[in-house]
Amino acid sequence: MRLLALLGLTAVAVFAAGESLGLEASRKELNIPAIVMFFIFVGATLGITYWAAQKTKTASDFYTAGGGITGFQNGMAIAGDYMSAASFLGLSGLVYLQGYDGLVYAVGFLVGWPVILFLMAEKLRNLGKFTFADIAAYRLGQKEIRTLAAFGSISVVTLYLIAQMVGSGKLIQVLFGLPYEYAVILVGIMMIIYVTFGGMLATTWVQIIKAVLLLSGVTFMGFMILSNFGFSFEALAQKAVDTHAWGQDIMAPSDKGKIKDPISAISLGLALMLGTAGLPHVLMRFFTVGNAKEARKSVVYATAFIGYFYLVIAVVGLGAIVYLTPEVSPEFFVDGKLFGGGNMAAIHLSKVVGGDIFLGFISAVAFATILAVVSGLTLAGASAISHDIYSNVICKGNADSEKEMRVSKISVIVIGVVGVILGIAFEKQNIAFMVGLAFAIAASANFPILFLSIYWSKLTTRGAFIGGFIGLITAVLLVILGPVVWVGVLHNAEPIFPYAYPALFSVTTAFVSIWFFSITDNSQRAKDEIEAYEAQSVRSETGFGADGASGH
Amino acid sequence: MDKTLVKKIQSNPNYIELVSKRTSFAIKLGVFVLAMFYSFILVIAFNKELLGTKLSEAGVMTWAFPVAAGIIVISFITTLIYVNRANGEFEDLTDAVREDVKDDL
Repeated sequence: MRLLALLGLTAVAVFAAGESLGLEASRKELNIPAIVMFFIFVGATLGITYWAAQKTKTASDFYTAGGGITGFQNGMAIAGDYMSAASFLGLSGLVYLQGYDGLVYAVGFLVGWPVILFLMAEKLRNLGKFTFADIAAYRLGQKEIRTLAAFGSISVVTLYLIAQMVGSGKLIQVLFGLPYEYAVILVGIMMIIYVTFGGMLATTWVQIIKAVLLLSGVTFMGFMILSNFGFSFEALAQKAVDTHAWGQDIMAPSDKGKIKDPISAISLGLALMLGTAGLPHVLMRFFTVGNAKEARKSVVYATAFIGYFYLVIAVVGLGAIVYLTPEVSPEFFVDGKLFGGGNMAAIHLSKVVGGDIFLGFISAVAFATILAVVSGLTLAGASAISHDIYSNVICKGNADSEKEMRVSKISVIVIGVVGVILGIAFEKQNIAFMVGLAFAIAASANFPILFLSIYWSKLTTRGAFIGGFIGLITAVLLVILGPVVWVGVLHNAEPIFPYAYPALFSVTTAFVSIWFFSITDNSQRAKDEIEAYEAQSVRSETGFGADGASGH
Repeated sequence: MDKTLVKKIQSNPNYIELVSKRTSFAIKLGVFVLAMFYSFILVIAFNKELLGTKLSEAGVMTWAFPVAAGIIVISFITTLIYVNRANGEFEDLTDAVREDVKDDL
């Protein structure tokens, strides 16, 4: 509760500061009912989360299969991870702006699931390791792998964080009428407070509660939209085609959006498909359930929830096209542009279909989501710095825990500040697209090593370390030199790297370099590592010898 | 896990059956899903118009929407198929292997 009060106080303080400085904060009148609902729902969500987290803590240890989490609940939590602000705000915004292109992302995000389940999840769970670094370091060198993993995590976390910061900044801007920069700073401060005081609350329960609220919310939106069209998707699409400037082009993938050339399409497909497996916070979810059977079931539930969610998002996006135009709903437009940009389409639409109270509800759910995701990401980034780099590599495992804690706290603040600065710089980018880039980096830096460490006996530390860094650097460089950062953020005229999606090039580079630097490694250490593969392989098939993960 | 145990498990008939069955099943399903998704991506890459084909002349609805929904639904169904078999047959085989080597574990 102290956390709530703090968050509330910060909000009020920053808001008051904005007012008293006499800023031209708002170009719109404040929507008091929506703001009241917003605070009630954010407060309630955090309150329930706090209560549930307390309960979970006393029940049993979370990761050692106390049996507290069932397959259904875990499926819900996985879905919660997936239905981040980026999926909800970003995908609906993408459909609003570019029609069908948004659905290409949705399909790609979902297809990652069965692929992980068939090829990776089983073996990772059997190994009993659940972070990228732990798995890859199972038979390879700790120091090298942890360094690499830390840099990979920080890169993925940063891009993911930007997407969430933009989403929440826009949300606060729209709801409270603050200038965008102030909104992002406010979110940054709240995020640091949340992580510092309540970081432990970011448990499975946050995601479960959020998933339920968000699924109910979008179901209501989809229902209301379709009810105005006699529950005919065709009629809704007809109206959307009539309204949207692209006309019939919104009904299929289009050359007008970002997926314009073959390379972009293939590259995006690769990133979406492989990136999921490289996202560390998703892999961890396979271990929050007591036994393998329940873990597998949870994937079935998760796939169902996520698939349903994406299908409804298509309806919401088309609904946004119909209802959010300067003619139909001028109150949402400033200078002919949608207030807050395309990312806010779902938020404005919630007011159209459900009034101020529903607007407050949806904003609160979106905001609580962002806070939970952002704090999880910040913690992941901070632990990569403090645990992997500082403690394991710099101090060679001899760091005292007090110093490690201090490094971790400083990291949280640094990550918060970086998030704010980049959040401001990336204001105009679609957040689903930003998540796509985070996936591209995960697919290039994490996935190849994860995959090869399980399936390829000849992977050596040298190959993984050098090849992994080459993949990571390639991916990051191509993102920076590509159209998004080089032109969109740094305002250069022409991108040095012409494609918005780097995965095709960076994933290939990563695999080839890892292969090359592994097979040319003739050291004794490499021989030992290759020999250790047999034991790893048996364990990954059966789970024998893995702590707590075998589930019997 | 020491080397003799590794060798013993690797030569256990139940283990061999488990690994070969599960591997081939997982690869079949994995390749199926990847082929489905990548055909979709390749159509987007090289022949967007194909997905833009209308279902009926009069309406606006294109093949693109049922195809996307179909991929989502089929992905779910393959997940279901895998989990059903893994939770039954593969789990039983794993238990059989465990039973065979339980004195050495």
